[in-house]
Amino acid sequence: MVIEAKGLTKRFGDKLAVDQLSFDVRPGFVTGFLGPNGSGKSTTMRMIMGLDYANAGDARVNGHHYHDLRWPLREVGALLEARAIHPGRSARKHLLMMAAANRIARRRVDEVLDVVGLSDVANQRVGKFSLGMGQRLGIAAALLGDPGVLLFDEPINGLDPDGIRWVRLLLKSLAQEGRTVFVSSHLMSEMALTADEVVIIGKGRLIVQIAIDELLAQSSRRSVRVSSPDLASLRSALEVVGATTSVEEDGSLTVRGKDHREIGTLAAQHSIVLYELTPQSESLEEAFMDLTESSVEYTGSPSASPQQLMETER
Amino acid sequence: MTSTPATLNYEKPTPGGRYSLWDLMRSEWLKLSSVRSTFWTLGLTVIIGLGVSAIASSVTRSHWSSQSASSRASFDPTSLSLTGVFVAQLIIGVLGVMVMSGEYGTGTIRATLSAAPRRPLVLLAKVAVFGVVALVVALVTSFLAFFIGQTLLTAPAVHATLSTPGALREVVGTGLFIGLIGIFSLGLATIIRHTAGAISTFVAILLVVPNILRAFPISVFNDTIRYFPSRIGAAFLSSNQGPPRNAFSPWNGLLVMAAYTVALLILGAVVMVRRDA
Repeated sequence: MVIEAKGLTKRFGDKLAVDQLSFDVRPGFVTGFLGPNGSGKSTTMRMIMGLDYANAGDARVNGHHYHDLRWPLREVGALLEARAIHPGRSARKHLLMMAAANRIARRRVDEVLDVVGLSDVANQRVGKFSLGMGQRLGIAAALLGDPGVLLFDEPINGLDPDGIRWVRLLLKSLAQEGRTVFVSSHLMSEMALTADEVVIIGKGRLIVQIAIDELLAQSSRRSVRVSSPDLASLRSALEVVGATTSVEEDGSLTVRGKDHREIGTLAAQHSIVLYELTPQSESLEEAFMDLTESSVEYTGSPSASPQQLMETER
Repeated sequence: MTSTPATLNYEKPTPGGRYSLWDLMRSEWLKLSSVRSTFWTLGLTVIIGLGVSAIASSVTRSHWSSQSASSRASFDPTSLSLTGVFVAQLIIGVLGVMVMSGEYGTGTIRATLSAAPRRPLVLLAKVAVFGVVALVVALVTSFLAFFIGQTLLTAPAVHATLSTPGALREVVGTGLFIGLIGIFSLGLATIIRHTAGAISTFVAILLVVPNILRAFPISVFNDTIRYFPSRIGAAFLSSNQGPPRNAFSPWNGLLVMAAYTVALLILGAVVMVRRDA
């Protein structure tokens, strides 16, 4: 395993930000790091980078503590937060000063500026950059040492749709080159598009580490939407064979435990007329909400939709 | 959702050895020379240093005939010409603070420590680069202020040359002292981290606390004032009359100042290693 976290624990005052967190990140895959805002993702990444100290537990990269890496930027590249850059310095100078610290060739600075599309503004002061340009500069800094391990904390924040697509492709191609890619997000939908595997946390604790495919399979707990003029008979017939039903506001019936074929057959046997018979599958976002339900840091008002809750602080 | 299974880690050759103090010093030099505030702060240090000295010298020259005989006898042209350099210590101190607090204020510290996680080595590189710059600028300012001041002190006013007894010591000592003040404030900012807090503390130590001390009984003042940078600095500006009362001799004062700076830097390194970045 390239990144190993064992029992990572971090306290801020009496608040437990990260709690006994253990996970592994493998090379050659994009591993998503998923959790609601405030669940400890950024703190965990900072502990891996040796910037924050763990109160207990251990994080290693390539078998070493970050502190002991010989050429850190050549082994690990990180985008930790947008705009953690002196506003008075130009993009090129920012990268040059990082390159100098790890004896990285100057031409590599121009290479990565080109990769992220900032060559034209390389000599402008970072203070004038938009959020998206700052994010691109952060990605350039992560790629600077051509490292085998990459950490990205919410890389798509502030990017336009083109930029988002570009980041998705970048993450995948980095993984395909055999690199280890660990990327945090609070959006399940985003991870479903880019990650091969996800480490899901809530309130600083590991909820599950699971392959995306497996999560998709698990999350498609199917239900069937049925409407009928004779709802009462249909309900009793379904409940007799062990299905669970619930009546929705619009008068339709949500059925779990039987699929649409079984329901259709059952209705025919009882001569019940059906107007609608629609299989529904739970979205990944809903599956994620189910998993983290008990561990959302700041619960919104009851009427807040899951999507709204997820979008807070974006 | 299918992924390309990779059987091998991403591997590439890395050079032998490890990032060194020299690499970090090159990085620090790039940092220092790539923000405008460095240039206008250093520029202001020189301009204030020379400007105030020039004004003080020409004012003294124009009032020379109205001075009493005793004040003419005790007049020290060297220390007069260095007045501005002592004003400039405030500005070089602000730069020393910003060199470190700017890293924390802007978040650059995380980029810095990602490249070089051995934090005391980062501090050492910063002190080495900024220290040399601060000492060179302070010494150059000190010498220029001296020459400008002496040129303006035309006859009948007396003036000094570098061969006047004590003059060279005053000029060199003042330059070293002001340069040290810059490093001292960098050490302060390593502990305090916030620009405003570090600058306030710096100004308090330099100007405010020594004055508050005057409110205490004179014996307390006499016993403690010698330990303050302001009094240590004043000892350099007294070649005619010997060091002021209740003060270290100039070179001992410089050693005390250097000891303060080293102590602050050691404390700063400890704080830097212990705290989250």
